[in-house]
Amino acid sequence: MSRWEADPLLTVEHLTMRFGGLVAINDLSFQVGRGDITAIIGPNGAGKTTVFNCVTGFYKPTEGRIAMIHAPSAAGALEPLTQSARRFSEKRDLFLLDRMPDFEIAHHAKVARTFQNIRLFGGMTLLENLMVAQHNKLMVASRFTIGGILGLASYRHGVHEALDKAQYWLDRINLTDRADDPAADLPYGAQRRLEIARAMCTDPKLLCLDEPAAGLNPRESAELNALLRFIRDDHQTSVLLIEHDMGVVMQISDHIVVLDYGEKISDGTAEMVRADPKVIAAYLGVEDTEVEAIEQEVGA
Amino acid sequence: MAGRDTQASAVDTGPVGAEIEEERRAEAYAGEPPFKTEPVSNRLVVALKDAAIAGLITLALAGPMIGLRTETAIGGLSLSQHWLPVAVTVAVVALGRLVLNLFVWNRAPGAPSPVGGVADVGGRGAASLAALLDKWRWQAMVLVIVFALAMPFMPFAGRYWMDQAIVVLTYCMLGWGLNIVVGLAGLLDLGYVAFYAVGAYSFALLATNFDLGFWVCLPMAGLLAAGWGLILGFPVLRLRGDYLAIVTLAFGEIIRIILINWYDLTNGPDGISGIPRPTLFGIPFERGEGGFADLFGLEYEPIQRIIYLYYIILILALITNLVTLRLRRLPVGRAWEALREDEIACRSLGINTTNTKLTAFAIGAMFGGFAGSFFATRQGFISPESFTAIESFIILAVVVLGGLGSQLGIVIAVIFLNAAFELLRELQEFRMLIVGMAMVLIMVWRPRGLIATRQPSVFLKKRQAVSADLVGEGRG
Repeated sequence: MSRWEADPLLTVEHLTMRFGGLVAINDLSFQVGRGDITAIIGPNGAGKTTVFNCVTGFYKPTEGRIAMIHAPSAAGALEPLTQSARRFSEKRDLFLLDRMPDFEIAHHAKVARTFQNIRLFGGMTLLENLMVAQHNKLMVASRFTIGGILGLASYRHGVHEALDKAQYWLDRINLTDRADDPAADLPYGAQRRLEIARAMCTDPKLLCLDEPAAGLNPRESAELNALLRFIRDDHQTSVLLIEHDMGVVMQISDHIVVLDYGEKISDGTAEMVRADPKVIAAYLGVEDTEVEAIEQEVGA
Repeated sequence: MAGRDTQASAVDTGPVGAEIEEERRAEAYAGEPPFKTEPVSNRLVVALKDAAIAGLITLALAGPMIGLRTETAIGGLSLSQHWLPVAVTVAVVALGRLVLNLFVWNRAPGAPSPVGGVADVGGRGAASLAALLDKWRWQAMVLVIVFALAMPFMPFAGRYWMDQAIVVLTYCMLGWGLNIVVGLAGLLDLGYVAFYAVGAYSFALLATNFDLGFWVCLPMAGLLAAGWGLILGFPVLRLRGDYLAIVTLAFGEIIRIILINWYDLTNGPDGISGIPRPTLFGIPFERGEGGFADLFGLEYEPIQRIIYLYYIILILALITNLVTLRLRRLPVGRAWEALREDEIACRSLGINTTNTKLTAFAIGAMFGGFAGSFFATRQGFISPESFTAIESFIILAVVVLGGLGSQLGIVIAVIFLNAAFELLRELQEFRMLIVGMAMVLIMVWRPRGLIATRQPSVFLKKRQAVSADLVGEGRG
């Protein structure tokens, strides 16, 4: 049994997503191992972003179960929790993401994400972007605004901590000297880094990155690899990423899931996936005779 | 990186510096040596020439406009000549131009005139005003507050001026309240007057039916208005942009029509009269025994009550402003602005956008309710006629004209609109036409409002305003 099957952080089981008659994802199951960098790859239109949107709650899956397992010991409670009507376990270490709205997934289940087309708060400064990401913690510190208006010490303390964390991440992504500039002024690569830092400011256990290397030059891609490894090793945050850049995928992924037409065609380590004939066929195409054979099979 | 460096230096030297940089870059592209240093004498000559040209233009303009005046005399018009004012005007323009050329603009000779286009000049003027205000922030604030506190005792402050000041402050408060919803949270609300009405009617009904004083009714009216803000908020949570605007507009009209038709409660179109005036800890502002003037040994004057009303609305407006400024720096305020920028990103960060929108509606409505209470106690009589959709539009116009999200911009816009309405009173039906045209011109000149920069809520090293081009407008 592979590592991700033995100790999964996220399990996706029999996930199906239909948009009207279109089946975007069909009966997909995979695991994201705790402490792994897991990549989802596949040709355009394979349903990768749809999987992301289901995991982060932006889409409600048509069928299937998506569970976030914070502690390995909680995995056993998955079946009873599914039988109950609850969204998460009482100890808050087991979450059924398919039942939760998007903001709760980010807040309680601690799944953060970035977007394929970067979604920063363009008119706000870098620092403000990172402060907004710590909203829930600061809301508690400000006693849901009342204490903040009165200027209580607990709030000032909370702000201090939040600023420290923001500065820490600004240092990590080499943007400290631009902390007070509006985010929309940043060059593309820096915006990508800031979006990752903003997601990390929510203290996630799973970081979902939708094509983080898109539009980056080779040097920036290498920096991104280092940043993702740092996140995995120093912050105990597992990473799930969609990527087209095979340089990034093959170098840093501990585990790769390959999708095509909404179905999983391969699942394993980089070496295993690279050698899989189905993957090669999906990426490079197949002979016409094989297509005909498949067409006969499905009766098209 | 080069782009960033020039930007940084532009910040240091102000907008004019940016222009110089740009010219130098343009020259560099043209193949000329980039940094030409001109001898001082040459600069002086050019500046003098420029000043002379400006003086001549002024003479040509001012000559007929100021120098010659027609006067009605016996047997027709006669022409009188006034050459001294012309000379003064020309001298002021020429000298001013010279001083500006030498010390302020400090630009390379032969460079194109800074008068590039209306929008350009306006943008720079307002930007430097904003920069100036930023620099003297505290001093300006203290000055304004001292002036506002001392205003009733100034020689010019008669009944008319005090009334105008009260109107301005009421609209400032309404503008600030709506600013939370439209400017910060980016939710276009066309029915804000509904909350003004709810506040006014809550106050009037509580005060007349239960015999409660102003200071008890005021917070209750604010809370009731906030409750109605939530009631409006729930159904419109899923709506965006145009749809949100239409529903809020309808909400405003529904409230007004309920006020007209629920005769038993609201007295319908006849309105509610006899709303008690505010008292100073139970001391009424009345003539005779037990009144304010009597107790303090003063001569009774009706203006005393007006001055008291003025102080009430001044305090209410200041509280509104301070609370709003504070909220902007709190997580909830930052979440409002983030919501305006990108709602989906907000949700991905765990922000409950439902609650965030509802708090914006409720707090905005609460300030509208406070303003409504004040309106009721000031007028002593309210009827649904005071709460028509045009009021909503005027309040929204104030917010848009002032610059979305800017507290100061709203004050300037309120003063401008009020002054325009007052000065053009004589023109009657043409008044709206002229005010409307002026607003169109202002919006052409400054599409994002008078103060179109956003002040960040928190900063690491240096607070620098964010240009409006980058700030989202919000689509609900």
